[in-house]
Amino acid sequence: MTSRAEYCVLACADAWRDNGEVLASPMGTVPAIGARLAKRTFSPDLLLTDGEALLVGLDGRAEGWLPYRQHLAMVTGGRRHVMMGASQLDRFGNQNISCIGDWQRPARQLLGVRGAPVNTLNNPTSYWVPKHSRRVFVEKVDMVCGVGYDSAAAAGPSATRYHRIPRVVSDLGVLDFATPDHTMRLVSLHPGVTAEEVQDATGFPLARADEVPCTREPTAEELRLIREVIDPQGLRDREVPA
Amino acid sequence: MTDKTMTPEDVVARLRSGMTLGIGGWGSRRKPMALVRALLRSDVTDLTVVSYGGPDVGLLAAAGKIRRLVTAFVTLDSIPLEPHFRAARQEGSFELSEVDEAMFMWGLQAAANRLPFLPVRAGLGSDVMRVNPELKTVTSPYEDGETFVAMPALRMDAALVHVNRADRLGNGQYLGPDPYFDDLFCEAADSAYVSCEELVADFGTAAPQSLLIKRYAVTGVVATPHGAHFTSCVPDYDRDEAFQKLYATTPWPEFAARFLHGDEKSYQSAVQTWHEESA
Repeated sequence: MTSRAEYCVLACADAWRDNGEVLASPMGTVPAIGARLAKRTFSPDLLLTDGEALLVGLDGRAEGWLPYRQHLAMVTGGRRHVMMGASQLDRFGNQNISCIGDWQRPARQLLGVRGAPVNTLNNPTSYWVPKHSRRVFVEKVDMVCGVGYDSAAAAGPSATRYHRIPRVVSDLGVLDFATPDHTMRLVSLHPGVTAEEVQDATGFPLARADEVPCTREPTAEELRLIREVIDPQGLRDREVPA
Repeated sequence: MTDKTMTPEDVVARLRSGMTLGIGGWGSRRKPMALVRALLRSDVTDLTVVSYGGPDVGLLAAAGKIRRLVTAFVTLDSIPLEPHFRAARQEGSFELSEVDEAMFMWGLQAAANRLPFLPVRAGLGSDVMRVNPELKTVTSPYEDGETFVAMPALRMDAALVHVNRADRLGNGQYLGPDPYFDDLFCEAADSAYVSCEELVADFGTAAPQSLLIKRYAVTGVVATPHGAHFTSCVPDYDRDEAFQKLYATTPWPEFAARFLHGDEKSYQSAVQTWHEESA
């Protein structure tokens, strides 16, 4: 039986399908397992880091040097697909990791904008939300860190030129912005989840087809790689409990 | 040749309240913590701090020394949210200039190159523009006609950085995997103070690309063994995770009373005693 966390790993891995020779930058445990799964199967040319300054192969051995200043150049050069977390995410893909409440005097200070502005304007940026809820999926984010489609359009051609949000993966399903007005759409449901459940856990109306398909099943080899090779300790289940 | 060695107290004696002060490292990595601790013992205050923020910002915020902070984030890395920075922000204790990581880097580059600004795509469309209303855009004079953020130079009065080795003249060497932005901090500041794990007479057969900081950009050199504690300073030492957790979970007055009451030597010995007690 495939677990919920394993469907999430699979949905994250598929974000890097057909990306070619770019850096996969996963933030979070499930996306990190997903990136490694993609590299071990259908996207072998992906680059990975050790989370610090080294580019490493699947065996952990260094194949290159990527200190922060070169990493930032790689971001602006576009040869990267990052999957970030989100404390808030809205229907146009605006993302917040800075603070909750009024920026002048926040109710809860979080990380700060970090690299979300540079990421979203320069290389594909996907999101991972381990607990899909109305607290995260909000009508309007308190602080736009990652730029959404409406904000990019309002800022003009320099902002939209390289802007792309390929997908949002949550513990309930997969979403994207492939609608005429770039509002968030429900693409697939992890088995056992209904479209109504996802809508109830989302603070704005989601675009969706009458019949929303299920997230794809893993191959036997993918399951083996997840369970025996990449994550034998089951760290994925801590991020997404069964 | 000028011998630039000095003590942490000498460094702090050259700093003034109201200064714009850059702090090197990144998050909870290779921060000039001994110099920050010396700053905590002084009456220098009202600072504009420019930092890829970690516990340096947390300590200065808890001590009420920050008037304005310029940063892209403040984190302890293994503990994502810095508690003293959070508390200060939620109490509205200082002004914040919140910019993106890349904007920050280009601000340092502009200052190091004596330019008023550098164009950067990052920032457009984000609320970085809303919360920094003084930021302006610039239009390309070429055919593309693109519009960019004109990231202003982050020029500083003084910079504090910590490296693995340095000589008495101010040449500094990093031995870990990442130089961070410490050379840029030094070049973007009117005066720069480099603390080091070890003062060396020469760099021997070191790989020349590890010789990060040049003496022309350095005002003072301070030997402070374990001077980045409790942040990481690989390969000399990793982050002291247990102590960082103590820092993050102990009420500030209690932490300050136990560890920050005396000089650097008494700090290091108080840390050692704590480790022995909790072993």
